[in-house]
Amino acid sequence: MPMMKRRKERLLVLAVFGALAINYPLIALFSRDRMLLGVPVLWLYLFLFWLGFVVSIALIMRRLPLDKG
Amino acid sequence: MSWQWIVPLISIAYLGLLFAVAYHADRQAARGRSLVNNPTIYTLSIAVYCTSWTYYGSVGRAAETGIGFLPIFLGPTLMAALWWFLLHKIIAISKVNHITSIADFIASRYGKSPMLGGMVTLFVVIGVLPYIALQLKAVAVSLDVLVHHLDDFLSMKGPAAPWGDTALYVAMILALFSILFGTRHLDASERHEGMVTAIAFESIVKLGAFLFVGLFVTFGMFDGFGDLFGRALADPALHRLMTFEAIPGGYVAWFSMTLIAMMAVLFLPRQFQVLVVENVNPSHIRQASWLFPLYLLAFNLFVLPIAMAGRLLLSGQGMDPDTYVLILPIQGNQVWLSLFVYLGGLSAATSMVIVEVIAMSTMVSNDLVLPLLLKFRAAFRDDLSGIILTIRRGIIIVLMLLGYLYFRLIGESHTLVSIGIISFAAVAQFAPAILIGIYWQGVSRRGAMGGLVSGFIVWSHTLLFASFAKSGWIAESFLTHGPWGIAWLKPQALFGLTVFDPLTHSVFWSLLTNIGVLVAISLFDRQTAVEQIQALNFVNVFDKGARGGNEYLWSGFVSVAELKRLLSRFIGPAQAEIDFANYLQHRLLKLDEQAQAPAHLVAFAEKRLTGAIGSASARVMVSSVVTGEELDLHGVMRILDETSQVIEYSQRLELKSRQLEAATRQLQEVNERLQELDRLKDEFISTVSHELRTPLTSIRAFSEILRDNEEMELVDRRRFTEIIIKEAERLTRLVNQILDLAKIESGKMEWHLAQVDLGEIARDAIDATHQLFENKAVRLRYHAPAYPVMLNADRDKIIQVVINLLSNAVKFCESSVGAVEVHLRQTSEGVGVEVVDNGPGIPRDELEKVFEKFHQVDQARDETMDVPLGTGLGLTICQRIIERHRGRIWVESELGEGATFKFLLPGDLNE
Repeated sequence: MPMMKRRKERLLVLAVFGALAINYPLIALFSRDRMLLGVPVLWLYLFLFWLGFVVSIALIMRRLPLDKG
Repeated sequence: MSWQWIVPLISIAYLGLLFAVAYHADRQAARGRSLVNNPTIYTLSIAVYCTSWTYYGSVGRAAETGIGFLPIFLGPTLMAALWWFLLHKIIAISKVNHITSIADFIASRYGKSPMLGGMVTLFVVIGVLPYIALQLKAVAVSLDVLVHHLDDFLSMKGPAAPWGDTALYVAMILALFSILFGTRHLDASERHEGMVTAIAFESIVKLGAFLFVGLFVTFGMFDGFGDLFGRALADPALHRLMTFEAIPGGYVAWFSMTLIAMMAVLFLPRQFQVLVVENVNPSHIRQASWLFPLYLLAFNLFVLPIAMAGRLLLSGQGMDPDTYVLILPIQGNQVWLSLFVYLGGLSAATSMVIVEVIAMSTMVSNDLVLPLLLKFRAAFRDDLSGIILTIRRGIIIVLMLLGYLYFRLIGESHTLVSIGIISFAAVAQFAPAILIGIYWQGVSRRGAMGGLVSGFIVWSHTLLFASFAKSGWIAESFLTHGPWGIAWLKPQALFGLTVFDPLTHSVFWSLLTNIGVLVAISLFDRQTAVEQIQALNFVNVFDKGARGGNEYLWSGFVSVAELKRLLSRFIGPAQAEIDFANYLQHRLLKLDEQAQAPAHLVAFAEKRLTGAIGSASARVMVSSVVTGEELDLHGVMRILDETSQVIEYSQRLELKSRQLEAATRQLQEVNERLQELDRLKDEFISTVSHELRTPLTSIRAFSEILRDNEEMELVDRRRFTEIIIKEAERLTRLVNQILDLAKIESGKMEWHLAQVDLGEIARDAIDATHQLFENKAVRLRYHAPAYPVMLNADRDKIIQVVINLLSNAVKFCESSVGAVEVHLRQTSEGVGVEVVDNGPGIPRDELEKVFEKFHQVDQARDETMDVPLGTGLGLTICQRIIERHRGRIWVESELGEGATFKFLLPGDLNE
């Protein structure tokens, strides 16, 4: 069970981190009317965050030897 | 022919395809090949979250607020990270308790309260019905817009179609679908495979269509993202859409929208249906928790680009931004793409309506209609199983019609987004009762009810009525001056709070009162027995030890037959019979029909009923047949106390039974060994008696000859007497050795261990056998180191061994040419003696056997008298003695080249 518990902790921390990353004040840093790599900075930031978040969940969710089914 | 004809026909064809998919999936499920037992299908069905609101409304919102639409999808993304334990827990609770809706979940958690279930259902209907209306509106509007623009674009004008009102037809087709695939089973906790598969299919269609149009707009109508965004940034009207400036309410509104979206993705009736009720295997959450956010990401990738493109190309034409997705492909000369986009929107709308209506029909029937019906008909004992499904079907039609009427009523007054937001905020009111309720046992029924009611009152006041006022249904002074002119009750500035945007304002006040009242009442409330037990069961759903107590709620009397009759009223007699039989068989019980039903059977019947009619009604029905008083809180707590003792006892019992098992196993082993020994003993006795009889027989035979032949010659007489003496000696030896062996084997032999010199022992043995060698003229050589070879041993026994080996050696040596050598060895392994003879040797296959009892090597017979030389026990005894000293004895030999007997003893037994 300790690995399962660790996974829960990781997910919780990830969610807290995610909530912080897409809210004031951090997100205000990216609210600029400029383009980066041909797209608006804010848009780029949010979608990169999104992708990173999804990959992080997938990594944390990787099958553990403990898991059944 | 006008598009007015073609588009509706295509829509109907598409819905027909949907029926086919659902039908196929149901057929597969009936054959045992479930399509929905698959994490990907599960994830796609969760994507029912993306409605036409996402499909059309997001673009509309993005066209005006930039990224302001994103919190609706970022919230669920954040929530997905918590699914692994949060959703897991909700699913586990629902499976254990046969829960089929949010209303049932909340009612069941708070003591199976019919009141609470009914309240939640009512709130859901009020809060979510506009959302259904919104989908019907989207279908109607998208069809009108598409037809209008296509006709314009292709300059066709045909006669108007006879069907004026598409939304009504769509609503009826969807009602039919929901009835066919959503009310197949009486037990609502059973899954609807066809429906889920169709929803998953629709999720692919809508995502595919949206991605297509996004790619076409971005790369077909513009030169990729850079060109599109570059031109938007250069446009002074669109410039501000790239930052937070454009979002009404700014960062605070962003936050509160994220928050309510987090709640909505779990607690919207349709989300609860696909996430919890239709979940086949909780392990599917593993994949869904990253694939679902990825789906949302893909869906939202092109929202802003499409919105920008719409603003750049279509602004000034007076078009609703909500329809940009549909019109852009027509502008780009892609008629077929626009049709595909329309179908995508249709799938988004229909999937939402279907699941929402099915979920709500379960809720309305189990938590609103049935409790009322049962109240009036509880006394009757009629079969209700057929009626319940009819009720659910009726409710589906009614809900669909209500949605349609709402759409007609509210008409053009609202954009898609504001209606959706109102529903989200309504659903967020369930979050405290559920989320706090599954982690804190202390939340009481009255607390949850108070929280819900106050939250809903605030929500209605600040959002719902405010939106009515905006639509002109109630006087606008309600908004500007407050109800009855009371300024501090102004719906968008409650108590003068004006720092927030209307949504945040409403979310803040409603959740504050909701949670505040819930916690405050709970802290000062006393829970009833049922509440306590349910709270315990919900909070500790994963903890097998702490769960339970359910059955103690039923202390009254009810017969098995009566219980079965109750169940068959709701699920049909045949099903009730099967369920009871299965349950009793599973528990290895045999119960007479008239016997009193044990408490756990009553609890089982209640759970089974819960799946069909909801927890509150199930409890009411069961208590209507159980006679006797209900347990009071005191009694239940005492029993729970006893339960924990019982658990402890049962754990101890388990330990004991494990020990017992181990003991039994040992006993079995010992018994097997005993039987083996017994067999060996029998064998031994029969061998011994045979061996004893042989010399006895010859003694007797020769004695008789001597007695009967008095004139026998003296030579013969002497020879016979010699044999008799020899055989008598052998008999004595045999008896002595048998006694020795028996003593050793039974462990009765006394051992006198002492420090002895092996050299001295060897010399003593040689002295003792000296005469034998002389008699046969066999040479004997003794090799030993000059120093004493000390070991801890029983002196007499070791001498016996060496004597035995020496006498064996001399026995097998030919007289005069025979030679025997004795070596004393000291090696790292220990100390030992070797006795080497130059006799006939021992065949290879006999090497092991010479140590067996009564084993005689064939050659070992006295040539002159033809009687065996040994007893067959000497070497066996040697072996036992050496083994007792933890040493080993063995023989090396080649046929015709003599034999070498060796034994090795550990140097000092004490070490």
